[in-house]
Amino acid sequence: MAGIPHDHYEPSSGGEKWLYKRLPIVGLAYDTLMLPTPKNLNWMWIWGIVLTFALIMQIVTGIVLVMHYVPHVDMAFESVEHIMRDVNAGHMIRYFHMNGASLMFFAMYLHIFRSLYYGSYKAPREVTWILGCLMMVLMMGIAFMGYVLPWGQMSFHGTAVITGLFGAIPFVGEAVQTWLLGASAVGQPALNRFFSLHYLLPFVLLGLTVVHIWAFHTTGNNNPTGVEVRRTSKEEAKKDTLPFWPYFVIKDLFALGVILIVFMAIVGFMPNYLGHPDNYIPANPLATPAHIVPEWYLLPFYAILRAFTADVWVVQLVDFLSFGIIDAKFFGVLAMFGAIVAMAVAPWTDTSMVRSGRYRPMFKWWFALLIVDFIVLMWVGARPAEFPYDWIALIGSTYWFAYFLVILPLLGVMEKPIAVPETIEADYNAHYAPNTGGTKTAVSPAE
Amino acid sequence: MIRKLTLAATAACALFATDAVAAGAEGHVIDYDFPFEGPFGSYDTNQLQRGLKVYTEICAACHGLELIAYRTLSSETGPAMPEEQMRAYAEQYEVFDPELFDGEGDFRPATPADRFGASSLANAPDLSLMAKSRAGFHGPYGTGLAQLFKGMGGAEYIASLLTGYEEEPECALEMETPMDGYYNTVFTAGGYPDACKGPNGEYIYPGSWINMAPPLYGDDLDFDDGSANDLESASMDVAAFLMWTAEPKLVERKQAGLTGVIFLTVLSVLLYLTNKRIWAAHKNKVKRED
Repeated sequence: MAGIPHDHYEPSSGGEKWLYKRLPIVGLAYDTLMLPTPKNLNWMWIWGIVLTFALIMQIVTGIVLVMHYVPHVDMAFESVEHIMRDVNAGHMIRYFHMNGASLMFFAMYLHIFRSLYYGSYKAPREVTWILGCLMMVLMMGIAFMGYVLPWGQMSFHGTAVITGLFGAIPFVGEAVQTWLLGASAVGQPALNRFFSLHYLLPFVLLGLTVVHIWAFHTTGNNNPTGVEVRRTSKEEAKKDTLPFWPYFVIKDLFALGVILIVFMAIVGFMPNYLGHPDNYIPANPLATPAHIVPEWYLLPFYAILRAFTADVWVVQLVDFLSFGIIDAKFFGVLAMFGAIVAMAVAPWTDTSMVRSGRYRPMFKWWFALLIVDFIVLMWVGARPAEFPYDWIALIGSTYWFAYFLVILPLLGVMEKPIAVPETIEADYNAHYAPNTGGTKTAVSPAE
Repeated sequence: MIRKLTLAATAACALFATDAVAAGAEGHVIDYDFPFEGPFGSYDTNQLQRGLKVYTEICAACHGLELIAYRTLSSETGPAMPEEQMRAYAEQYEVFDPELFDGEGDFRPATPADRFGASSLANAPDLSLMAKSRAGFHGPYGTGLAQLFKGMGGAEYIASLLTGYEEEPECALEMETPMDGYYNTVFTAGGYPDACKGPNGEYIYPGSWINMAPPLYGDDLDFDDGSANDLESASMDVAAFLMWTAEPKLVERKQAGLTGVIFLTVLSVLLYLTNKRIWAAHKNKVKRED
């Protein structure tokens, strides 16, 4: 697929021509920056930039933190406090890094729900979507391993709980858990390997980010109408698009600035609000905290993990049919990973011919319910596993699966979508009517 | 629609962001007003020095401050102790230096670079980070929203705990073997007798039994500047001091935060205007209603 037709880089000066023949790197940068972008993108198309910025911020602050951090069970906690107290600007760097994880997840969830609403996951963007789902799982792993490093109470006991999940795998579970921890319990080997992986995997994530961008630069961006950019000629494509630079770069930077204001306020004024006080107590294997709760961004999936208990009939049925191999604990683990898989296969379970939710009257409501469901799961994930929270979690988890595996396939058949605009240009002009009333302000080149 | 959903999601994420799960024992934390609360709050130097005195004369008998170096007492945004005074304070204490006496080690007076010692009582926790490892408010329905407006409440927790000792309730007094420790309405991690539970195992009285004897009664010590030394004042002073030991860069952090917010606001306004100007040629100013 050749992408949207547009002007390509032409080396003009002698030096440029010399370099272009040997390494067309300027051309690559030019084509990337001047990518034709649908001109009707709304403010939900900014989260990708926020995510890229946050990832780089995490890598930069992380590299500085590593210069002062000691991955040893007896020294890790104190080395973090050393960063907080003695390292120049260490407290800011550490709080940036700590809250940066929350920024990334916040942006990622909005990025994902934008895709789900506007149908960005549908053909021909399935590869972008699958890559995105992989990146989400990777990010969860990175965030979890990073949380282990301060070696506080929640780090230690959270590690025990999460690696315990792998222990639920039938037959090989215990061996897998031991292999992951490098020992039979959480300790020095686990801390060392999580430190190593927490440093490595963000670079893998960065690599996947490049591929993710490459993929949607090949297919072109989706847009709020879900109508594709016309590609028959350069002229036609130009009517639907504007180049990424400067139109979307400046727009995205403005959005990023606003989001960073909020982020800065959180880091400056309430940096511990999103964390757990328990993690300021050094890890103590002998004292388990009263409530082990993951960070907020993992709570929806944690709720799904805990929702399927042994007294749910589906769990009992599966237990019976599998001759006890899939017990309640393993079922929960399968459900948690299954929740992500169910989302990842959305391009194939969604049968609707219309891409954007804007033109799907029934879909809108089911989608709104999915957002509510996600928020409810996040809330219930932090509640104790008792009535009525267990029921809320079960209903919420069931809806998550039902949305992707039942509702999306059925909606495509049952729903009658409203008319979709012919072209992006038509939609854009309907909003910003260029020929009716008002004064057209043109920027004069002299300015 | 998606705009509304975004707003809803944003609000919700703020709502459910914190832990704050309360089950079993519940303590009542009083919402004391501290000068370091809020975006513009900063430490009150005099209060920190009074708190240091309470710590030195009372808490230090059992508890340590392992992470705190004496030199930090001179920190301008902290207790701001004059250097001479800080040196004199450090010299009161002896530390073990393994390099003295030809490598056999010996005791010597502490220097500003040394740290406060560890707890002298085995089961007395170190207090360096106590104010950050406890939370005061769990907010309505465990949402943690109260913390959004009042801070995490670690200092409030400490002050409440110190003032939270009460007579044991009837149910505990009637037991054959009395409870170990002292009844405290704020402390939740201690023992709690079955005799004081309701028919469904719920806790009738707030708090639980704590091992620490009430350390402050009021009039325990005199402050040089004649500040109030009643139980509540002294508790708040030491709580404020412990907030400083837990977060010595709080003032610097808030200043950096404010600078950052102002800078980013200016930057965003400029970017907004740039964006508007760039797009103006492609947008009619009159937006159609939809």
